[in-house]
Amino acid sequence: MTEFIREAQKVWEEFKDYVPTYDEVCEILEKEVVSIEDVAKLLNVEDKNLILLMASKAKKITRENFGKVILLYAPLYISNYCQNGCVYCGFSCRKNYKREKLDLDEIENELRSMKEEGIDSVIILTGEDRIHSPVDYIKQACKIATEYMSEVSIEVYPLFEEEYKSLVNAGVVGITIYQETYQKEDYEKLHPFGPKKDFDFRLSAVERALSVGFHEACVGPLLGLSHPKKDVLCTLLHAEYLLDRFPKAEISVSFPRFRSAGVDFVPRYTISDKDFIKFLLIARLYLPRVGIVISTREDARLRDALIDVCITKMSAGSKTTVGGYATQGEKDAQFEVEDRRTVAEVVESIIKKGLRPEFTNWVRGVNSL
Amino acid sequence: MFEIGGKTLKSRLFVGTGKLPDYSLVEKMYYEAGVEVFAVAVRRIGPNTKHTKNVLEYIPKNAIIMVNTSGAQDHKEAVKIAMIGRELTNSNWVKVEIEKDTKYLFPDSIETLKACEILVKEGFNVFPYIYPDLNLAKELEQIGVEAVMPLGSPIGTNKGIGCEVLLKPIINEIKIPVIIDAGIGRPSHAAKAMEMGADAVLINTAIATSSDPVKMALAFSKAVEAGRLAFEVGLLKEYEYAQASSPLEDFITG
Repeated sequence: MTEFIREAQKVWEEFKDYVPTYDEVCEILEKEVVSIEDVAKLLNVEDKNLILLMASKAKKITRENFGKVILLYAPLYISNYCQNGCVYCGFSCRKNYKREKLDLDEIENELRSMKEEGIDSVIILTGEDRIHSPVDYIKQACKIATEYMSEVSIEVYPLFEEEYKSLVNAGVVGITIYQETYQKEDYEKLHPFGPKKDFDFRLSAVERALSVGFHEACVGPLLGLSHPKKDVLCTLLHAEYLLDRFPKAEISVSFPRFRSAGVDFVPRYTISDKDFIKFLLIARLYLPRVGIVISTREDARLRDALIDVCITKMSAGSKTTVGGYATQGEKDAQFEVEDRRTVAEVVESIIKKGLRPEFTNWVRGVNSL
Repeated sequence: MFEIGGKTLKSRLFVGTGKLPDYSLVEKMYYEAGVEVFAVAVRRIGPNTKHTKNVLEYIPKNAIIMVNTSGAQDHKEAVKIAMIGRELTNSNWVKVEIEKDTKYLFPDSIETLKACEILVKEGFNVFPYIYPDLNLAKELEQIGVEAVMPLGSPIGTNKGIGCEVLLKPIINEIKIPVIIDAGIGRPSHAAKAMEMGADAVLINTAIATSSDPVKMALAFSKAVEAGRLAFEVGLLKEYEYAQASSPLEDFITG
């Protein structure tokens, strides 16, 4: 399982100082299949014109494979209880603020409010706490969600196979799980205690989910926590590993950038817009049929520019607080939302770009019938 | 005019709706380009929401909906999706699309065969999306599918008829209609498919992602007509060498 991380490390060591010439980049862009060595080279491209060339190829690949469609979803935080001491996170148990957990009626209220906003695809999120948010609680929340939404996914702590299976049976189709960083040494420093400290159990979670019937999985790092280019390389190889092992699953990648979350933490790396864009373009060039997800962590202008090039799925109208849709505002959020537009505004902007907003990727329950 | 799936159609151009930028284009394609058959992925037939409408609301009443099982991973799922699709659309036409992987979207022949056996028995008009594999096409014909839909080249690639040598035997040997599906990127590719003797083509990416899908549908429609006419007339053979008489002719023929 960790073989792909070693491969990424090896490729990175070989090409970390390699800046390809203009002609070399053009040659790579002419290729039908881009190699991981090419990816390592492209990560070092700084020339603005070359990045624009990469964008035009990325756009062509995206349109061929995904058409003119952007999938939309929104997250629903149902609990912010957490047992982890992650040094960078707004939900960390080191942080002293009111812990909340929605009861089933409140979850239903939230879903109703989301539905009124026009959302039809939801990701259910919890902090990492098996006592306050046991699997059965998550399952019940998902079951209610399937009554309101066409598509229900989860972004919760890593589970065991049988637990994932029970969620598939409840109608869940997708899983998102960020490794935060693929660099184990850094990971261990960033997660000093709590269940999340187990790097390998987290890394193998998506495999467990896909092996019992999840249709979709999204993986990625939290950019800034460790060396961003190494984490991008690892993410792409992780996605490819999953594609090879689960060829029928739809795999997506996402590269959220670290955002302040009211904790005293300064990330080691700051990722510029230019680098962020480059990472997404490279993901598209290397993995033509993999979904690329962008969240409301990014601002509206950048998101709008990227949907026309390589994005296939984005969140809209997100509230990152527990109870954020029906009752509370954005106090005590897991991270700061940059794109604060309503769902209607995001939809309007997608249509203006000549694209079609879509909330349904999988008819609810097809895999559990 | 041609008969297929119990219907008489004027247009041999079938169009997929999955990648369209706007579903309202479906109606325009029906009226302006004469497209009569629209493939609709069941996995995407979501309910109406505040911001998006169900694709079915845009399909003209007299058009034919070809329910597509794309996203199905095995024959059981395909059958379930077909059943759901029939309930949702009231259409008996089902395109059986079972992909082996999400990387290339190649059809899974074994699962497709199994799904078709069940769906034919369930009374569907079945249109399997397949590799250009003559043996498989023959088996499907025996099962009782309405048509076979071999790929021209991999989905979304716009590479045209990349498998001519494999498609030709299917067109020659199979009695049921052959609809070339996937990979057709240009009207000229569609014309070529029709010249080869295909009965129809199904286009998605090339129309949906063009800058003017309705105009492009019209271009495809005309190309399909042209190709079909040429096939009906019979294309002239290509000759390796000129046929002009040689000075040697008198001596040889005496």
